[in-house]
Amino acid sequence: MTSLLLALVIGAAFGAVLDRVGASNPSLIGKMLNLTNLNLAKTILLAIGVGSVLMFGGQMLGVVDVGHMSVKSAYAGVFIGGLMLGAGWAAAGYCPGTGVVAAASGRKDALFFIAGGLLGAAAYMVTYPMWKSSGVLEPVLGGKVTLGAVPGSGIDAVTALPGDSLGLLLGAAFIAVAFTLPERLVSRPSGHRHPAE
Amino acid sequence: MALNWKIGGLLLGLVFFAAVLLVKPIGVSTQFVILDGIIANAVNPDLVTQTADGFASTNAYLDKYAKSVANPLNYGFVFVLAMAVGGLLSSLARGGLSRAERSSPALWRGNFGDSAVKRYVVAFLGGFVVLYGARLAGGCTSGHMMSGMMQTAVSGYIFAAGAFGAAIPVALLMYKKEAIA
Repeated sequence: MTSLLLALVIGAAFGAVLDRVGASNPSLIGKMLNLTNLNLAKTILLAIGVGSVLMFGGQMLGVVDVGHMSVKSAYAGVFIGGLMLGAGWAAAGYCPGTGVVAAASGRKDALFFIAGGLLGAAAYMVTYPMWKSSGVLEPVLGGKVTLGAVPGSGIDAVTALPGDSLGLLLGAAFIAVAFTLPERLVSRPSGHRHPAE
Repeated sequence: MALNWKIGGLLLGLVFFAAVLLVKPIGVSTQFVILDGIIANAVNPDLVTQTADGFASTNAYLDKYAKSVANPLNYGFVFVLAMAVGGLLSSLARGGLSRAERSSPALWRGNFGDSAVKRYVVAFLGGFVVLYGARLAGGCTSGHMMSGMMQTAVSGYIFAAGAFGAAIPVALLMYKKEAIA
């Protein structure tokens, strides 16, 4: 019961924040990905950095349970699937979470995205044996691993570096990149510029 | 309009931290599989069945999710439903969306015109590719990229390289004109 209450509270907060930062607005996703407006990229980088610093810092202080970490496996399909998701994300302007939030906020095109997504997930379910036998689901680089060894996590690491300090450092690096990244990388996209810009 | 990135990034980071502090890292795309399973199991009740030690499915991929399909009132599924509620309330609180924006976003209209049908077709196809890819990868932008990189997971970096490696060229090709939004 407590877990369902937490799902409601954290889920609603996540949905509301995604709406407020503009992550569920395909125009802002498109402008981030065509490199003309990096505000959303700065938001995402800062969020990863803040999350990382708080989590690893909290672990080092002993106030965050290391056991709550959950690391996904690395395999070739992660990259192939990433490419597919990236292409669809750019074209549609939605990823799974932001599509749900966008549909709830009244975007009708997001309902079509969700319908396509349900069919895509079903298609994966049906074609899963093919991927399984192809070998691209076999773990690489140790599978479920972090960059450094996080004390007490029981998760393997690719290096012998202390994972908590490394996490703290990388979190700070994400924050630094968020601050140094310019507002835009492409001064003007090829083609015509909107007169109102 | 969208929050300043400093405030927005801080809030988003706090949500990701709260999730891992109180429960576990955030992830979304699995729930598309769960909803598919719920629908398919309603049509064909033999898909997910109760066994001596829990639940099982005749579909090899769905098997590990059989318990969640049989019992949708679980953390992950309720989390995504709550995301919709949060998104709706936040959108209403800032006055909702314009009629034009509700059928297709400004950047799309600026590049491809006002035909809603064209937009819906691309959104549908995009959704197909996104969820197919997310299931192949074992996670999406939330689970792999945000939660993964936040935890220094190697898989998160591999996923982000693939996702941005495809997303940036596609966006550069598709969205050449800027739009007011």
